[in-house]
Amino acid sequence: MKISLGPLQYFWKKNEVLDFYRAAAHWPVDVFYLGETVCSKRREMRLRDWLALAHELSEQGHDVVLSSLALIEAESELSALQHLVDNGKFGVEANDLSAVQLCREGGLPFVAGPTLNIYNHETLALLQRNGLTRLVLGADQGAQQVAALRRQTRLAGHPFPELEVQVWGRLPLAYSARCFTARAHDLPKDDCGLCCQEYPEGLLVQTREGQPFLTLNGVQVQSAQCCDLGPELHDLASHGVDIVRIAPQRQDTDGVVQRFADAIRQQHPLMRHGDCNGFWHGGAGMAQVTLPSPH
Amino acid sequence: MTMELVCPAGSPAALAAALENGADAVYLGLRNPTNARAFPGLNFTPEALRDAVIAAHRRGRKIYLALNTYPTPEGMALWKSSIDAAVEAGVDALIMAEMSLLDYAIRHHPDTPRHLSVQGSATTPAALRFFHEQFGISRAVLPRVLSLAQVERVCEKSPVGIEVFAFGSLCIMVEGRCQLSSFVTGKSPNCHGVCSPAEHVHWQELPGGRREVRLGEVLIDEFEAGEPASYPTVCKGRYRAGDALFYALEEPTSLNTLSLLPRLAQAGVVALKIEGRQRGPAYVAKVTNVWREALDSLGLQPQFEVRPEWQEALAHVAEGHQTTLGPYHRSWH
Repeated sequence: MKISLGPLQYFWKKNEVLDFYRAAAHWPVDVFYLGETVCSKRREMRLRDWLALAHELSEQGHDVVLSSLALIEAESELSALQHLVDNGKFGVEANDLSAVQLCREGGLPFVAGPTLNIYNHETLALLQRNGLTRLVLGADQGAQQVAALRRQTRLAGHPFPELEVQVWGRLPLAYSARCFTARAHDLPKDDCGLCCQEYPEGLLVQTREGQPFLTLNGVQVQSAQCCDLGPELHDLASHGVDIVRIAPQRQDTDGVVQRFADAIRQQHPLMRHGDCNGFWHGGAGMAQVTLPSPH
Repeated sequence: MTMELVCPAGSPAALAAALENGADAVYLGLRNPTNARAFPGLNFTPEALRDAVIAAHRRGRKIYLALNTYPTPEGMALWKSSIDAAVEAGVDALIMAEMSLLDYAIRHHPDTPRHLSVQGSATTPAALRFFHEQFGISRAVLPRVLSLAQVERVCEKSPVGIEVFAFGSLCIMVEGRCQLSSFVTGKSPNCHGVCSPAEHVHWQELPGGRREVRLGEVLIDEFEAGEPASYPTVCKGRYRAGDALFYALEEPTSLNTLSLLPRLAQAGVVALKIEGRQRGPAYVAKVTNVWREALDSLGLQPQFEVRPEWQEALAHVAEGHQTTLGPYHRSWH
């Protein structure tokens, strides 16, 4: 089982981004997903900066994939996507169907990101015919859906693509045209002052009785809770998960990566460090399902 | 070219209201989880759908069937048989989002037009090319995220006709990509055709006439005595972020684009969609009536003017009794 670092969801300063990935180059990470997936106004890192970083990591022996913007609204964003797809070296994680189409038109393979809504084997096969080589499971999908996808794909006599599942980090739950961080600052999006940079791990939303509930991250809404499938590592392996994805965070990402790497090497599941695992178990995403003790 | 008025109906009575008040087309769902308003007591049996088609065709109007949820492998037989039933009933188009279903429809029923549902999350000409080239869609409904200028740009370059939401409850997240309901309840618009399903909603009276509402165990909002309360979707609750307690995502409000009609027509939008299959016949009648009048007057007057009585009538049936231009207007973003 390999470990990936998913695309950075938050808006950090350029030197912070570069410092993070230069440190991460020495962690036991197999696949790096690079690029801005949330908001095109975040321009600390331009495409050329991401590409330079991609080359750097690639020269150090890492697999690199360039992740596309999840919600494309403006023509300028679409032409930026075309440049990303046409980079000539690195594969693309397609996070919307515009990216799928541009890869298709270029005859390029792609990684299907978690927002493409691939819920059944026929859609999976259809996208495989169009270049899908790896599937990142949707945030809301779990073990039962993976088992059904695999079973039906086998029955149809098709090969199953590489499978990747997010095992650590806040869950991406929704995207909007509206910037929620700007709204919280009472600023219009067109004059947002890039206020999301003040929140290196997003802005916490609590219910009126103080329960941590959501995280505002620009136009994206995440869970407040940290998903943790460390205790499910055996289950993930038995469902044929090839790559476990860790979402970059400001604090202790190296510790998280090391913990997962050790557990994978020792084939030993982890104690629970995070909060929720409900989607993997087929229920509400925020739920924490307790696993039966192995003893 | 005049824009088609596409109105919702969750029952035969609502269908009759839509037809009587001037809908050009009415969109319906079957009484099963194949559509995004799979609420108890709502929607049409295959027999009722056949009657609906006959009633609409008698008046020269159209029936579209929404089959816009995403089946897992276990569900595919039901979704496909629902497509067959809809075609057999004679619907004028299928509104779908899921790729394998679009593929099934073009292979088995190529003569029934396919519209891309808003749930398909297609926001660019490139994404629309994908659905057009792969599944021969003839129309697409845009998610409620684009500004008016962006809609105009998409219309220019789209390979298919564009339908936009004109009025009704406002989903502020990209449709087809919102997991807020399933995060709390395990049930989502994508897979179960529901958002904040009623069995997870708990209202409680508090001292002093106040009320609170929870979705599962999560407190979505509290209301003062007499304060109007709206349905507790996650996106329209009041929460704390920083020091403030506010509608962190969106107020309970409805989209209303009456004032944009001339520009939508100019952009080449082919159809306007009214939201609200979950609403009753009175809502459908009133909203259809206002939009019919507005659309008819658009062709007649040199200068289109929104009549105050239209706005008043629409505000009356709007969520929270207030309306917004929503994402069409940049300041909303």
